[in-house]
Amino acid sequence: MTLSAYVSGLGVLGPGLSNWPEAAAVLSGEHPYRPAAAVLPMPTILAAAERRRIGRVVKLALAIALEATSQAGEDPAELASVFSSSGGDGHNCHELCQALSLAGREISPTRFANSVHNAAAGYWSIGTGATAESNVLCAFDASFTAGLLEALTQVVVDQVPVLLVAYDSEYPQPLHAKRPIPDTFGVAMVLTPQRRVPSFARVDAALSDLECDRFADPDLEALRCAFPAARALPLLRLLAARTGGTAILEYLDVSRLEVRIEPCA
Amino acid sequence: MRPLLFKNFTATSCIGKGVAATLASLLEQRSGLKNCEFETVDIETHIGEVPGVDDARLPDHLYKFECRNNRLAELALQEDGFFDAVQQAAERWGRRRVGVFLGTSTAGILQTELAYRERDPVSGALPPSFEYGSTHNSFSVADYLRRRCRLEGPAVAVSCACASSAKVFGSARRMIEAGLIDAALVGGVDSLCLTTLYGFHSLQLSSPTPCRPFDVARDGISIGEAAAFVLLERVPADLDGDSVLLLGIGESSDAYHMSAPHPEGLGARRAMQAALAAAALEPGDIDYINLHGTGTPSNDRSESQAVTSIFGPTTPCSSTKGATGHTLGAAGALEAVISALAVQNGLMPGGVHTNKIDPTLTAHYIRDNRRAPVARVLSNSFGFGGTNCSLILGRAG
Repeated sequence: MTLSAYVSGLGVLGPGLSNWPEAAAVLSGEHPYRPAAAVLPMPTILAAAERRRIGRVVKLALAIALEATSQAGEDPAELASVFSSSGGDGHNCHELCQALSLAGREISPTRFANSVHNAAAGYWSIGTGATAESNVLCAFDASFTAGLLEALTQVVVDQVPVLLVAYDSEYPQPLHAKRPIPDTFGVAMVLTPQRRVPSFARVDAALSDLECDRFADPDLEALRCAFPAARALPLLRLLAARTGGTAILEYLDVSRLEVRIEPCA
Repeated sequence: MRPLLFKNFTATSCIGKGVAATLASLLEQRSGLKNCEFETVDIETHIGEVPGVDDARLPDHLYKFECRNNRLAELALQEDGFFDAVQQAAERWGRRRVGVFLGTSTAGILQTELAYRERDPVSGALPPSFEYGSTHNSFSVADYLRRRCRLEGPAVAVSCACASSAKVFGSARRMIEAGLIDAALVGGVDSLCLTTLYGFHSLQLSSPTPCRPFDVARDGISIGEAAAFVLLERVPADLDGDSVLLLGIGESSDAYHMSAPHPEGLGARRAMQAALAAAALEPGDIDYINLHGTGTPSNDRSESQAVTSIFGPTTPCSSTKGATGHTLGAAGALEAVISALAVQNGLMPGGVHTNKIDPTLTAHYIRDNRRAPVARVLSNSFGFGGTNCSLILGRAG
């Protein structure tokens, strides 16, 4: 069973990669990959009161979602969305667990409201006025591929454009020792049922038993393994190369996702 | 949308383990809420606790999944022959052709809350026995169930706060319709923990008394826990008229506030209208509405406005949260099962604990059970972040 859609906008932000053009230059071999701490912009779409409340993971998700939708020329207010993250806001989670372990157990109501896994999707909806359906997923290390499958089925079945936002951020200690995500990394894409003027490529996806693709470059392979959202990198490499081809993406223990890319001329 | 069949379903909450006990409680208008004595919690509130959760045994090879949330999932899986029904589906369709779509908001966060009390006094480290991925992580309950049931299809957790386990039906529907799978284990599991009990208390959204949805004196929610599962398949040619079908799903976002609903219920209205459109039904086709009805002043006010704007003031509606409590990430699936029981048994369950209906709420809230044919039910679930989902269920014949 093959699912098909067009990639019509991309956003990337992670260690040493501040946007899709930079990521594309690295993944196509034009520039070497130089790891450096991810730099997260303050989202301009939120009012001052909301900006004060948000953590790193929300800044990450909004930055890549804005990059992808502006490339696609899509009005975010009309766009259905799929957010997928392995862990949400790790710092916020730590602060709540810490407060609950102390006498008094005084916790901040804002922290509690922000602890929902769909916080980034909520702020995206508030900031852009998006009233369409929005789903928020988690599949641990398979979160990117699970999000891609959800977005593709929505494009194929409902014939609507869908914004996919996959993003992960670090936990502070002591949770960091149990879930060692080192920084933030995210990838966003606008998937459309028809080819558009800004479409990069057509993507055809199907479940597979083949081994997943890896990188020969040790820094890029380390990046792929460090963040669930970075399991998208073999797909992004194909999109950057603009020559077409096939990538096998990591998914669950029993299956992978094969994605075939055909660039739009 | 093409209707889907509720092939099997089960629910375990504070009003009963399995559908027979759940139905009996609904018929008797019995509430499962009681004064909170959970763990070391010291706030004045009522909760819907499932008895015996921590006695449930996970299989030895899945010991890493040990936490209250997965124990509750295991407890519920054993009711109504649900585990066996999933095995039959896996044998019929193939293990790769059955997906797992589980809604949760808490997952096993209680395990982390407890581990934070056991941190090493010098290093601050969590105890070595603490497992993050199979307990705390939102995917843990979906991962537990796919391993427990040996399913190899696509699997995911949906975590959209209190709409989570309504929205799983949308994810499963799209995968079935796209042809990736033939059956789906769909549901929700949410369990008591300190984060939600103290969190809703910090927002002044939990009531010191059992919650009273739509009451003039309503003052907040009662938190509950539940696990509810549905085996979803395409509608076969030879269909029993008593079967329950999923006829429509509608989703929307408020674009308004993180923890407060839109004051006029615009997002709720859009979700209900989208569900009606997906089912190709008119408002008059709905016999009963199972409300989100949390019992907070703001939710009930905005939901009542949204309901009345579409259905007018005569369609009977009620919230079953006075009986079960608000089971958060499990509420959508629990109330889908209650809606299926309403359809099968011709029962509109009256809202428990509501003494005097708020006269400013114009929706037709019922406090007493009604026995009448129920051809179609609409069930609402809304969550923090302004996420909304409405389901429409109906009789096959």
